[in-house]
Amino acid sequence: MEPKKIYGILSEKFGGKIKQFIESTLPPSVLVETGAIADVCRFLKEGDGLDFTSLMCLSGVDLKEQGKMAVVYHLHSMKQKHKITIKVELDRNNPHVQTVEQVWPGANWYEREAYDLLGIVFDGHSDLRRILLPEDWEGHPLRKDYVYPKRYHTWDV
Amino acid sequence: MGVLEDKLPDNILFTNVDKFLNWSRKNSLWYMLFATACCGIELMQTGAARYDLDRFGAIFRATPRQSDLMIVAGTITHMMADRVKRLYDQMPSPKYVIAMGSCANTGGPFYKDSYSVLKGVDKVIPVDVYVPGCPPKPEALIEGIMKLQKKIMEEKNLVKK
Amino acid sequence: MTKADEKFMQVNMGPQHPSTHGVLRLLVTTDGEVLSGVKPYIGYLHRALEKIAERVTYPQFTPFTDRLDYLASMNCNLAYAMTVEKLLNIEVPRRAQILRVIMAELNRISSHLIAFGSFSSDMGAFTPFLFGIREREFINDLFEIACGARLTYNYIRIGGVSKDIPGGFIEKTREFLDYFPAKIKEYNELLSYNAIFIKRLANIAVISPDDAFDYGITGPNLRASGIKWDLRREEPYLIYNELDFDVPVGKGEMGKTGDAWDRYMMRIYEMEQSAKIVRQCLDLLAPGDYTAKVSKVLKPPAGEVYVRAENPRGELGFYLISDGSTKPYRLKIRAPSFANLSIIPKLARGVMIADLIAIIGSMDIILPEIDR
Ligand code: SF4
Repeated sequence: MEPKKIYGILSEKFGGKIKQFIESTLPPSVLVETGAIADVCRFLKEGDGLDFTSLMCLSGVDLKEQGKMAVVYHLHSMKQKHKITIKVELDRNNPHVQTVEQVWPGANWYEREAYDLLGIVFDGHSDLRRILLPEDWEGHPLRKDYVYPKRYHTWDV
Repeated sequence: MGVLEDKLPDNILFTNVDKFLNWSRKNSLWYMLFATACCGIELMQTGAARYDLDRFGAIFRATPRQSDLMIVAGTITHMMADRVKRLYDQMPSPKYVIAMGSCANTGGPFYKDSYSVLKGVDKVIPVDVYVPGCPPKPEALIEGIMKLQKKIMEEKNLVKK
Repeated sequence: MTKADEKFMQVNMGPQHPSTHGVLRLLVTTDGEVLSGVKPYIGYLHRALEKIAERVTYPQFTPFTDRLDYLASMNCNLAYAMTVEKLLNIEVPRRAQILRVIMAELNRISSHLIAFGSFSSDMGAFTPFLFGIREREFINDLFEIACGARLTYNYIRIGGVSKDIPGGFIEKTREFLDYFPAKIKEYNELLSYNAIFIKRLANIAVISPDDAFDYGITGPNLRASGIKWDLRREEPYLIYNELDFDVPVGKGEMGKTGDAWDRYMMRIYEMEQSAKIVRQCLDLLAPGDYTAKVSKVLKPPAGEVYVRAENPRGELGFYLISDGSTKPYRLKIRAPSFANLSIIPKLARGVMIADLIAIIGSMDIILPEIDR
């Protein structure tokens, strides 16, 4: 299915909660209202003819200039052989978004990673802890204004 | 070595005993299989058929308690550094360390831009021989081991230093 | 710890453990010999590659992709180069494309050889490990001829490859291809169809297709579950659509489809196919440019791409955002092993401790791309 058509199906189903279709990215993306992401994802997985069986990638992005953060979902269907990008935008000072762990269990670790490196909080996540950095690490390194630490434990960084 | 260490006079008998001890140590350098990153693959290949580390009496062990030599092969992160120290402490004396590859020497390619890589394993444990390279070729590692053997031969165990 | 937990024992496996393939730590909860839960702790090799990408220029990041999955550096170079080329709209000359395929497939073989070797030594058979390394040295020599490095090649660059292959490479490669099939037979006789080996692996840790989709498992592990999905076929890049090769899938020869033995065997089959691809590519190789004209300073237009390629361990994806400057704005690496590892807690419930080693080994994970 063409991404444009998927966008059409989504707009029909969710109306105003689907904000925008961005064709310039590869694969083309659909901007979704933050609160609706879990429902949209469930529909994408279970909806007729959509069958987005797997989450290829989930990435957090820091959009510092716009005062926002984004979470980007790259979805892909092995049955229908089509793919699409879904995006949500969050408030940079208080980034919260629903988890999609219930839709794709594999999202668990990706979300933990986005939490670890960018500080995005996924509401409803079963086990939101740091994943790549030690528990006592300070700050979220992938934020654009991250300052490298000087010391860790007993040695210089 | 306990009560006798460093106490005996330097005479023919004791220097020869010393030499014998060193000789046996240098030819049975059992190393710990401690591969954290890319360099670990070269370490594995050095130990396998073509380069055959066994001919130097160096056999890999999976546990620190049976090892004399720790070859730190690969990147050490801050999270790993405490564990490296603990593993080193678990090895029985006499023990030696070879830092293999730029990462273990200085942090290597991650020196400048990474926040999580330890800049040289010598910040947490003492190192005897540094082998540069990213990754060092097996020949380079073997040279490092031979350097270490030379160093061991010059050690004084029993007699006064 | 609650009262109910007290009858269980908690054991740490790793971060220094010979069969975790690097620095993985597993917190294992056991009830006698039976596992009641496994919690992976990763991050012991977190080298901050994604942050580094934001601080170096586009070509400067290529060497770091070598260190992403060091057993398959060529494939990582390739995926990254393709991502940047997509942004820049660079057309790669045909000779370079063929060279890329040759290198990628040779590297796939050498990566699977390590998977084969280390898996067998995990299972208690050390000899196959030495055999695997023996053939790998052959491929290392080929790469050394082509680019001078044995492990971190930095050969496939943005626009093409770093230099043309020198004389003698083609003959040497043909020599290897003639020599290799007999060796695969040897592996099969020695290990694959060994009764003890089969007993240990058949019906262990079966991954059903639905689970595989849910956790985003890709590569040989997905195909072992009976799903014919290979990006080289489904979304052909380079010259893969001109080549004749099979995509092996698991059939449950020794037990259920998608068990540990199937996953192991996928790699043996794939090595055969890769050798076949390399042979075809050598025949196709015609004189031409080895790289496109690429300016010294790369400034891709602002935009976003997600490009993926079939790595020996599965789908490696790069999500690259450019803001029009010389450095990437954000580079997210979708590493195949990361997804493959995340299913371990589910697989390892209720199995014996010894099976845990078989599970990890059969998934063929590699830590640097998990931790990045
Ligand atoms: S020195 Fe180079 S090859 Fe060795 S671990 Fe570091 S990055 Fe990898």
